[in-house]
Amino acid sequence: MQITTPNFKENATRALNDAPLQKALKNVEIGFIAKRLAAVDALPEFEQLRDNARDIKNHTLAHLDLYLEEYEKKVIASGGHVHFAETAEDARAIILDICRKRNAKTVTKGKSMITEEIGLNDFFEKNGITPVETDLGEYIIQLRGETPSHIIAPAVHLNKDQVEADFRRVHTHLPADRDLTEHEALLNEARLVLRQRYFEADVGITGANFLVAETGSSVIVTNEGNGDLTQTLGKCHVVVASLEKLVPTLNDCSQILRVLARSATGQDMSVYTTFSTGPKRAEDPDGPEEYHVVLLDNGRTAMLGTEFQEMLRCIRCGACMNHCPVYHAVGGHAYGAVYPGPMGAVLTPSLSGIEVGGHLPNASTFCGRCESVCPMRIPLPKMMRHWREREFEKHLTPTAARYGLKFWAFFARRPKLYRAAVSVAMPLLSWLGGSSRRIHSLPLADGWTKHREMPAPEGKTFLQAWAEKQAREAGR
Amino acid sequence: MSARDTILAKVRRSLAVSGDEAARRAAVAERLSDAKAGVIPARGQLPQDERIALFSKYAEKYGATIARVASIEDLPQEVSRYLKSSNLPASVRMGDDVLLKSAGFEREPMLTVLSGASDGTDLAGVSHARGAVAESGTLVLASGPDNPVTINFLPEHHIVAVRAEDIGASLEEAFAGIAATYGKGEMPRTVNFVTGPSRSGDIEQKIIMGAHGPRALHIVIVG
Ligand code: SF4
Repeated sequence: MQITTPNFKENATRALNDAPLQKALKNVEIGFIAKRLAAVDALPEFEQLRDNARDIKNHTLAHLDLYLEEYEKKVIASGGHVHFAETAEDARAIILDICRKRNAKTVTKGKSMITEEIGLNDFFEKNGITPVETDLGEYIIQLRGETPSHIIAPAVHLNKDQVEADFRRVHTHLPADRDLTEHEALLNEARLVLRQRYFEADVGITGANFLVAETGSSVIVTNEGNGDLTQTLGKCHVVVASLEKLVPTLNDCSQILRVLARSATGQDMSVYTTFSTGPKRAEDPDGPEEYHVVLLDNGRTAMLGTEFQEMLRCIRCGACMNHCPVYHAVGGHAYGAVYPGPMGAVLTPSLSGIEVGGHLPNASTFCGRCESVCPMRIPLPKMMRHWREREFEKHLTPTAARYGLKFWAFFARRPKLYRAAVSVAMPLLSWLGGSSRRIHSLPLADGWTKHREMPAPEGKTFLQAWAEKQAREAGR
Repeated sequence: MSARDTILAKVRRSLAVSGDEAARRAAVAERLSDAKAGVIPARGQLPQDERIALFSKYAEKYGATIARVASIEDLPQEVSRYLKSSNLPASVRMGDDVLLKSAGFEREPMLTVLSGASDGTDLAGVSHARGAVAESGTLVLASGPDNPVTINFLPEHHIVAVRAEDIGASLEEAFAGIAATYGKGEMPRTVNFVTGPSRSGDIEQKIIMGAHGPRALHIVIVG
C-alpha cells in the first residue's frame, strides 16, 4: 500500500473534520470496550493467563531458530510445503509462483493483515489474477479501493449507508428496488454474492493467528466462517504468516487463545478457531489438495535482540487501538500505514524505517491505556518513547518541537528561574481562560487548541498552592 | 544461501546464538515432548451434570440452541422435529460417522439422508462432535470421511450431536483427546472449535448472525 505516514498531521486534521468518519468512530468505543471488560471480569484467571501468554512468546522468541526448524519438519511430514521469504517482494513472488503452477485465475482470501503488509491484492491484479476478499469488512473496503482502518474491524470507519451505496454501485445484477436499509439485508447480500466465489477459486489464501511447532498446524480465529470456506473449498491452501506467529505446543496455544478473543471482541472464544495440518488426507472427501506456508521475515529478525523484540509478542487483537484516545479521535487511516493505533506506531518504524514511520510514536498521549489492556503485556508507551528518542537523535523531529524541548530544558535545569517564570505565566494563562476557564486559542500552540480546549490553570503554580496548603494545615 | 538459511542465520545473529547450544536444544525438545498445560480456568472443573449445564449456558449465550436426548436412537426424531420447527424440508447431509450411522435414521421414513461432503446446496447438515469444551460452550469437530468439514460451514443449519460424556472442562482436555486418537503431535487435516453460529460485526459493529457459515447451530446432547 501507499504509505502516507509522514503526513500524520494533515491526515489527522482531515479525519477530525470528516463528519461521517467521526460518527463511525463512535462504534469503536461502543462496540469493544465494555464487552472486553465484561469477559475479562468473568474470568478470574485472566491476569495469570496474560503472564503465561507473555512468557510463552518470550520463550518462543528466544528459541525462534529452533522452533522454526521443528515447525518446518512437522509441516513437511504432514505433506505440506514451507517457503521462507526475507522480504515482501520475495513473499509475493513465491505466492504468484504457487498460483501460476495451478493456473489460478481467481484467489479467495480470508482476512489477513500480513497480505496487506506485502500488498498482495495490487500485485495479483497487476499479474492478471483476481483476488476476492471474503471477510465482510475486507470485502467492503475492497469494493471501495480502500485499506483496512482497524486490524480486526477493517471497515469500522464506515457507516451503513455508505456500504449500501457501494453494494448498489457494484451489485448491478440485483434488482435496483431491493431493500438494503437493514444490516441483515447487507450481510445477506454479501453472503449470496460471495458464496459462488469460494467454489470458483483455484487458490484460497489465509493468514494465521498461530503456527504450532508441536503439530505443524496453522490456526485461524474468525467469527464469520469465511476463512474456513476459503481454506476448505480452494484446491490449494496458502497460509501467509510472519515468523513470530510460532508457539511451541497446542497447550501453549490454549493459553493465548483464552486472552485473544476476550481482548479482541469480548467473546470467551471466537466462533471458529480452526487448526489446519497439511493438505487433505487420502480418505478425506473435502479439503485442499495442496498446503503451503509462506513464512515472512520482512524486518522481524532485525527486531530480535533489540528493545523492540517485545513487540513480536503481538497477537493482533486490536485492544490497544480500541482503547486509544488518539485512535478514537482520528481513526486508523490517519496513521497512513498498514498497522494503525499504538501497535502500529511501534511496528511501522520497525518494518518501514524511522524515516517513514518515525512520526507515529508521537501520535500518542502516553496515557498508558494500551499497555494496560494489551493481553501480551507489551510495554507500548515505553517502546514509543524509544522511537521518539531515536527520532530526536536523528534530528527528524520538527524544529518547533526541538526548540520547545530545549527551551523547557533550559528552565528545568535552573529551578529558581523556572519558578519565577511560571509564577508570571500562571496568572496570565488564568486570565486568558476567562470565566469559562477554557483556553480556546493559544499562541504558538494552535495545533493543540484547534480541535480541543486547554483547561486554564487556577492562577497559582503548583509550588505556590502546595506551600499555602502546608501553611493552612500547620495552622490547624 | 537459501532464504531459509539466511533467515535462520539472521535469527541467530540477532539472538547472539549459534543454534548448536545443547541447553537451548534440550529446552525446546523438552517443551515439545512434555507439552505442559498452563493455567486451566477453574470454572469448567465441575462434576459431569454441572459441566454439561455450564457448556449449555455458554453455547446458548453465543446463540446455539440445545436439546438433550437419552440415547443415540432418539437423534433421528430430534432432527426431524428441529427441521419441522425451523420450516425446513426433511433432508439432511451427513458423513459416514459410526455414531450417526448407529442412530437408525431409516426409522424416520420421511427424512432424506444424503451422505458425503456438502456442495453448498444443503439447507441442513448433521455432524458428530468428538468433544466439547464446557468453559466456553465450544464444540470440537475433527475432519475426515466420517465428518466432512464442508458440512460444518455450508448448510444454513448445522445440527451437531455430542455425547454427554465427551463434554470436557477445557481446551487442554480436548487436545488430550485428539492426541489419544491420532497420536501425540498428530492432527487430522482440520480441527474446528465452534462456539455458536456464524456472525459478523463488520457493519457499524452491530452483530448479525449468519455471515458465511451456518445461520443456526443446534446441539443435541446425547445421554
Ligand atoms: S499490541 Fe497488544 S493490544 Fe495491541 S494488538 Fe498487539 S497484542 Fe493486541
